Amino acid sequence: MSRLFGGVPIHGLAMLAVCAFILVVAPYFISDYVLSVLIIVLYFAYVGQAWNLMIGFAGQLSLGHALFVGVGAYTSAALFIHFGIGPWVGVFAAVAASVLIGSVVGYLGFRFSIRGVYFALLTIAFAEFTNIIVDHIRWLGGTEGFFLPVSNRETIDLLNLRGSQVMFYYVILALTGAALVLCRLLLNSKLGLYWQAIREDQESAEAIGVHLFRYKMIAVAISSGLSGIAGVWYAFYYNNLFPETTFSTGKSIELILGTVVGGVGTLFGPILGAFILTPLGELLTHLTEEFKLDGIKQFFWGLCVAGIVLFRPAGLWPWISGLLGLDQRRDGGGKP
Amino acid sequence: MPVDIYINVAVSGLLTGLIYGLSALGLSVIFGVIRIVNFAHGEIMVIGMFITLVLFRHLGIDPLMSIPFVAVVLFGFGYLLQDYVVRPVAHLADHMQFLLMAAVAVILVSACLMIFGGDAQGAQVSYAYDSYRIGPLIVDKVRLLAGLTALIVAGALFAFFRYSRTGKAIRACGDNYMGALVVGLNVRHLFALTFAIGSACLGAAGAILLLLIDVHPYLGPAYTLLAFIIVIVGGMGSLPGAMLGGILIGTSEALAGVILQPSLKTAFSFSLLILVLLLRPQGLLGKPTQ
Repeated sequence: MSRLFGGVPIHGLAMLAVCAFILVVAPYFISDYVLSVLIIVLYFAYVGQAWNLMIGFAGQLSLGHALFVGVGAYTSAALFIHFGIGPWVGVFAAVAASVLIGSVVGYLGFRFSIRGVYFALLTIAFAEFTNIIVDHIRWLGGTEGFFLPVSNRETIDLLNLRGSQVMFYYVILALTGAALVLCRLLLNSKLGLYWQAIREDQESAEAIGVHLFRYKMIAVAISSGLSGIAGVWYAFYYNNLFPETTFSTGKSIELILGTVVGGVGTLFGPILGAFILTPLGELLTHLTEEFKLDGIKQFFWGLCVAGIVLFRPAGLWPWISGLLGLDQRRDGGGKP
Repeated sequence: MPVDIYINVAVSGLLTGLIYGLSALGLSVIFGVIRIVNFAHGEIMVIGMFITLVLFRHLGIDPLMSIPFVAVVLFGFGYLLQDYVVRPVAHLADHMQFLLMAAVAVILVSACLMIFGGDAQGAQVSYAYDSYRIGPLIVDKVRLLAGLTALIVAGALFAFFRYSRTGKAIRACGDNYMGALVVGLNVRHLFALTFAIGSACLGAAGAILLLLIDVHPYLGPAYTLLAFIIVIVGGMGSLPGAMLGGILIGTSEALAGVILQPSLKTAFSFSLLILVLLLRPQGLLGKPTQ
């Protein structure tokens, strides 16, 4: 417990508890529409944390994270559709598949010491390659899409993850909370310290005996495994998968935007970013609806993101935590 | 007879590859000197295509004739983009620069969408269906003109970087940033100039490309990725490498389209990229960095 809460100021804990409480009771007070937005927010918060673990903690830039989410989604969906295997068993296969793919990309990248931008391009290449290959696999639905049978939305069948929005809300909320706890524990562990050493200065880390290859591989494996779980949830929530919308680079960018806006390398950055960007997108949709002009929403969206990068390059969390008085040497919780 | 088909396809792929190469030159110059990954690459080229389209539609100017104008407009655009948007984030981490360029790309795409709509539009020139016959070889006139023009523009760019004082100064900035500052080069101006030249190059490539394909706002990302593949295969920062990569990718994509399936040709390019990254990360003509 002390590893979990040590060093966090008491009013910070109180705020966290209040936020958690609000999120837990929220479904009883909000409309279906707001609930659906909140679900997407939590989904991005969860995947953002998975991505953050790789870039923010261990310093390895992946721009193809949609690949790991997509592999998990397609694996669990294929098991369910073709063999009737439910998501609770399927999730193990999905995570195994995602970790396998992640390890292959990581192994090739780190073994051949491909770094920085080049490693990012390698991840893009793998994601786009998978995009085209899945396009041609009829067993996975190909270009026409892969559909999960939708049963009625009234009864909650937790075993097969078939049911109402509220059920999906609590599943993704639990995942997001669990990921937060995991990230906090990892960041304060020996492993987390090795990662941060690699992130800050790879040569120095190697010089003092950090096994670069091993710890980078662990980071990729955990990050891709967490993403795979998100994929399972995604497949069963949306019930349809298309290669283009699952694996494209645009999707990868969408997954990481919130984290960059919230603050890469911070614990709460991915969550904060998701809570800002998704509602912002919804707001822009409503504001620009009356113009009846294609592209105007994306235009303002792009301006907002560019503005944040130009004026708050460290992300919003370090700034907000400063305002809230939370930034008193939270060990590991953010770059200086 | 089948051999004829392959030769014809290979030649037309090679000519398309020359345009790919010219477009990749724009990316290579910018990365080689400023070290920024221009993720708005394809989108800037699409702007060039739209300008060419407007000139063709309303003034009847042939796409090849509008190259100088498009190049000048994008030159200015590139200069301002580097000086006001890219330079302030030069000290940030890779992923922040990447995100900024991605945001710029989104802004450009949606601006094009608002102005021109989402439909594919093309420039139908009077000689669109002419072709030359050399023995068994049949070459489309537009493709030949397009390929040759790309070659000429690329040649001019080579000459500029090799012989002009400004070109040499820009290469100096790329080779040794600190050294360039020490000898008193105006690095800020030269960087902006580099981005401007890269964009102008893209504008020319876009104008030429409009002869061969229709333009729509969502064309950008595919060409961004394509240019990345070409530049990495050829060697980041190597100008001959970009042209070689362009020809290689253009030809092999065309052949893969005939031998395999047209929709699989991009997968072929991506596997080539993965192979080159693993076996020769500096690219075919690049110099090893470490």
